[in-house]
Amino acid sequence: MEKFIRHEGLVVPLDRSNVDTDAIIPKQFLKLIKRSGFGPNLFDEWRYLDHGEPGMDNSRRTPNPNFVLNQARYQGASIFLARANFGCGSSREHAPWALQDFGFRAILAESFADIFFNNCFKIGLLPIVLPKAELDALFGLTEHTPGYRLTVDLPAQCVIRPDGHAITFEVDAFRKESLLNGWDEIGLTLRHAEKIRAFEERRRSEQPWLFAQGLH
Amino acid sequence: MAKTLYDKLWENHVVHTEEDGTALLYIDRHLVHEVTSPQAFEGLKLAGRKPWRPDSIVATADHNTPTWNWERGIEDPVSRQQVETLDANIGEYGALVYFPFRDKRQGIVHVIGPEHGATLPGMTVVCGDSHTSTHGAFACLAHGIGTSEVEHVLATQCLLQKKSKTLLIRVEGKVGAGVTAKDIALAIIGRIGTAGGTGYAIEFGGAAIRALSMEGRMTLCNMAIEAGARVGFVAVDQTTIDYLKGRPLAPQGELWDRAVAYWRTLVSDADARFDAVVEFDAARIVPQVTWGTSPEMVSGIDGAVPAPEDFSDPVKREGVARALDYMGLAPRTPIRQIPIDKVFIGSCTNSRIEDLRAAAAVAKGRHVASSVKQALVVPGSGLVRAQAEREGLDRIFIAAGFEWRQPGCSMCLAMNDDRLEPGERCASTSNRNFEGRQGAGGRTHLLSPAMAAAAAIAGHFADVRELS
Repeated sequence: MEKFIRHEGLVVPLDRSNVDTDAIIPKQFLKLIKRSGFGPNLFDEWRYLDHGEPGMDNSRRTPNPNFVLNQARYQGASIFLARANFGCGSSREHAPWALQDFGFRAILAESFADIFFNNCFKIGLLPIVLPKAELDALFGLTEHTPGYRLTVDLPAQCVIRPDGHAITFEVDAFRKESLLNGWDEIGLTLRHAEKIRAFEERRRSEQPWLFAQGLH
Repeated sequence: MAKTLYDKLWENHVVHTEEDGTALLYIDRHLVHEVTSPQAFEGLKLAGRKPWRPDSIVATADHNTPTWNWERGIEDPVSRQQVETLDANIGEYGALVYFPFRDKRQGIVHVIGPEHGATLPGMTVVCGDSHTSTHGAFACLAHGIGTSEVEHVLATQCLLQKKSKTLLIRVEGKVGAGVTAKDIALAIIGRIGTAGGTGYAIEFGGAAIRALSMEGRMTLCNMAIEAGARVGFVAVDQTTIDYLKGRPLAPQGELWDRAVAYWRTLVSDADARFDAVVEFDAARIVPQVTWGTSPEMVSGIDGAVPAPEDFSDPVKREGVARALDYMGLAPRTPIRQIPIDKVFIGSCTNSRIEDLRAAAAVAKGRHVASSVKQALVVPGSGLVRAQAEREGLDRIFIAAGFEWRQPGCSMCLAMNDDRLEPGERCASTSNRNFEGRQGAGGRTHLLSPAMAAAAAIAGHFADVRELS
């Protein structure tokens, strides 16, 4: 997993709620069997005026000039500003992969869908829940200030505005440690392999029906 | 101390707890399909690891597979590669059961698990698919996971989890004729919103829930994720036990009796406390139809599409305006006056035998309206399809002008050839009406199987209660 400690970057705002994972990465791209390369098709149906399919040369497609990611002032953005219930819908990790592959390191929103929120932590993309009033202010500032940047400080658990205003956020201690260290969670879990085995053996003797070996 | 069903399910699976409360939960059943597993198997291989317990895996190909012309195989090379990758991974690592493309028991992963008894009460069930909540119908702790977690479960048989808050949704009373589990689910989402269940584990209870069949409970729990909750479940009762008896992977003989005795404890204690409770009166729920691009944008069949100015919150108002624009609907249009182009009866929400019976009962002796370009019936599994054919449902559908297809996810998410063209409007028994979900530019209206059949016959939305 990619480490996350402190990040400073350009902010892009997507001012709509209930942005779903089908919008973040449309289904046709889910047929690919690799983890990388989804960035060019992030928000494909909103970002391009023509229909995209895997394997197309995106440089030959027609971008939608009205879509925020296509606007010149937001090129190179790495902090994503969103509204409520961001990432609702499917469990596809392709959605966080696409955001990360595009260059995003953190997403600030009023709320996230549970599975999406969880998936982001697994790859080192930091989802941050902020109060609505703070977000409303950030949307305004981003819109009215060309080149608006923010700093995300994970050890201090705050988002810092250029005017020095710091907005604190919550993050589970275990997730924070994992991000700060870029830990391999599978490796961490396997440290408890003996405990898992013992649990499993007890379960096998107490509820043997959970361990069917094949169809009757 | 009195415990909720969620407390019991949770405590029964904790292997280890970190200082901040993050728990390592043991996973009993891992459902695997072709779309969200290839990168997980690849990660496992790159790290030199092996699956911890292959006999916890139930696998099938469902998302990408075509629903017709099976003799031609999978013609799309990208889809074919993904399905072949699953074949190869299961071939290499093994599974308890694998139903590959064209096996007579193949089907949607959330349909085949329960029908084989691979989903048993008290299990933790995970799958790289958000509709894993379906299995909560069996008092399971069942939820969707991302591909990193698929790899984590493969490698360790465990998942790192934080405990959720609990929400009891109690639906008391009795639903009227023509009102189904799908209508209950949509009515709940319409009230609490698509983020209403975020951070919660939902227990569905009350007389109207206890009256539901297992198929109905699966429909309801399937939609828990559309209310924002990763898990939704129903306590064990005689309906649960009767459904499981004799299933191929369910215990038999003395083990069955022991299992049943344990399963009967999988209910919330009478005085258990929930973090939140929401109550519904079943008698007030009418057949539902969504009008927008989020499942919470829903109305009773007797209602009308709202206008953006009905909403005071500016973000919501803008969202409604955008949804109406995408859906090509004018404010105040009565739901019944909305004409449809296509009908889709299927998906992990509504493709079980009871769903097909309900749709066939409406279709029988009638015909799909001439204005409807296509009406698809896609059974949830090969076994559902065979059962329906034994009952003659296929002949009813075909005589009425529906297409009778092979099983799979199909037009719920349009990863195969079954899809909407831009601008087409569909009456769909699936679970998501997001922009482009059933095909780029397609417009989805969610509803029950009986209501979908009624819409197919009428050519526009119609109240199934008014069909004699």
